[in-house]
Amino acid sequence: MTEALSTEMRSDTARAIAAGRRPRRWGAWYVALHRFRVMKSYTGTVVVAGIGNPLVYLYALGLGLATIVDANAGDQALGGVSYLVFVAPALLASAAITVASEEFTYPIMLGYKWNPTFTGMSASPLRPTQIVDGIVISVTIRMLVNLVLFFALIVLFGAAPSAVAVLMVVAGLLGGLAFGTALMAYSSTLEEDTGQLAMVMRFVVLPMTLFSGTFFPLSVFPVWLQWIGWVSPLWHSTELARVFSYGYAEPIWLTVMHVAYLLVLAAAGWVWARRIAVRRLGR
Amino acid sequence: MKRYGGFAAVDGISFEVAPGESFGLLGPNGAGKSTTMRMVGAVSTRTAGELSILGLDPDAYGPEIRSQLGVVPQSDNLDTELRVRENLLVYGRYFGLPGRLVAKRADELLAFAQLEDKGKAKVDSLSGGMKRRLTIARALINDPRVLLLDEPTTGLDPQARHILWDRLFRLKEQGTTLLLTTHYMDEAEQLCDRLVVVDTGTIMAEGTPAELIRRYSSREVLEVRFGSDRNSEVAKRLEGIGDRMEVLPDRILVYSRDGEAELVRITEAGLHPITSLVRRSSLEDVFLRLTGRSLIE
Repeated sequence: MTEALSTEMRSDTARAIAAGRRPRRWGAWYVALHRFRVMKSYTGTVVVAGIGNPLVYLYALGLGLATIVDANAGDQALGGVSYLVFVAPALLASAAITVASEEFTYPIMLGYKWNPTFTGMSASPLRPTQIVDGIVISVTIRMLVNLVLFFALIVLFGAAPSAVAVLMVVAGLLGGLAFGTALMAYSSTLEEDTGQLAMVMRFVVLPMTLFSGTFFPLSVFPVWLQWIGWVSPLWHSTELARVFSYGYAEPIWLTVMHVAYLLVLAAAGWVWARRIAVRRLGR
Repeated sequence: MKRYGGFAAVDGISFEVAPGESFGLLGPNGAGKSTTMRMVGAVSTRTAGELSILGLDPDAYGPEIRSQLGVVPQSDNLDTELRVRENLLVYGRYFGLPGRLVAKRADELLAFAQLEDKGKAKVDSLSGGMKRRLTIARALINDPRVLLLDEPTTGLDPQARHILWDRLFRLKEQGTTLLLTTHYMDEAEQLCDRLVVVDTGTIMAEGTPAELIRRYSSREVLEVRFGSDRNSEVAKRLEGIGDRMEVLPDRILVYSRDGEAELVRITEAGLHPITSLVRRSSLEDVFLRLTGRSLIE
């Protein structure tokens, strides 16, 4: 190599080092901005579903079903609160699971395979781990928006008596991420969708909603069925949301357990999804 | 060197590309070209071997290296959820470039790619050639030092290919380093200053297109057809004509300095081909000589 060429190369090296700084630091946020731009195309759906769904559920269950439950169950059946107050935190926690199962499934398959935008991103300075982080950031923010809307409606329904009721948004978020990051990791492993994701909806999400103390306390089940609730992130986030919403009485160690379990699950799924991304995009 | 399980997709490919040079990897599908490109693109990690891009090791400096590359992958991965111009804007942001600069470049590049009036169009409404040009425009959004093109014109009609070659040639003139893979010898001849012929993960030959033709082929090639059944039988009787001969299922290739003269000798021997054609030697002939196979099978 001639002298002139090697000098040119040294300046290229210096240029590269300088240009790598910003993407190294902010890459995940660039990915999140991309996700927001894509989400903009379905803002309508997000808002309508974000307000419509809570309304429908709060009316149907919190007011409709509640008239029967409250008339028949007696005062102490639900720890002294009305059915509306009992079910509202659970509905909020379930809404987070719904957002997670929308955002961490097909959009992930899309990015890896159907319209491989992740491959495009990985050819830019972005790293595979930043792609995963960016998606988690964007979904967290979308989830937060949905949960705040949901909480506002619960307040309008007069179903959030506690002073710290707003913290149920955090409980919902933790549940949504605990379930969502694992779901994202699973979606990332799929080379082809031959119905696996539909199966997840049918055989994981739906039973989880039914067996997580959402519509009635887990304690009505025999003990051999209650384990479904104990492993379900939704049960933990629902119980946590109840503690915040109306001071549901449970031992403090259990409350700490909810938080710890959800945090560990969310972190584990996140790490798993990152590892798959590194492997899959670096082939 | 890249291994997938027990299979070595790339095994001992070694080359050096100087700044401003236009370098090609020519080989059939499955030769290891794309894998090599992904390694050079600091995306795919090596199983073994040494690799330095812009003086940096891709294992440690992936983002830095990629900040200086433009990548045109074999299959378009434009974002179909976004509009044409948005694709450029979003991609530019991945490099951490300021929004205003990216917007300015996006407009320049849309013009360069002859897509000015398509800015607001949906990606899926573009033709294959337009998508390709948009992918190239996207690869240029960071003003890269090196442009990696993996089979840039595969699947395009002749007119679209020529438009694309024209654009690439302009980049070459501006001093952008081009590294491209192709299985079209005319593309390699058009765009590459220097190239390597790759097959089954290894390098078969290296040089300028003209050098390779000189070294591995003759000046001219005479193609004669005697009908599919008779070619191999007739070939035996053609011994001694030309420097060398290749018998393909559908035709016989006679390599020689003077194709017309060889044709005269064949007719004088009492053989009358159904069709005959004298042409200049191409990289296709080089490849055939080196591997015993043609490029596109």
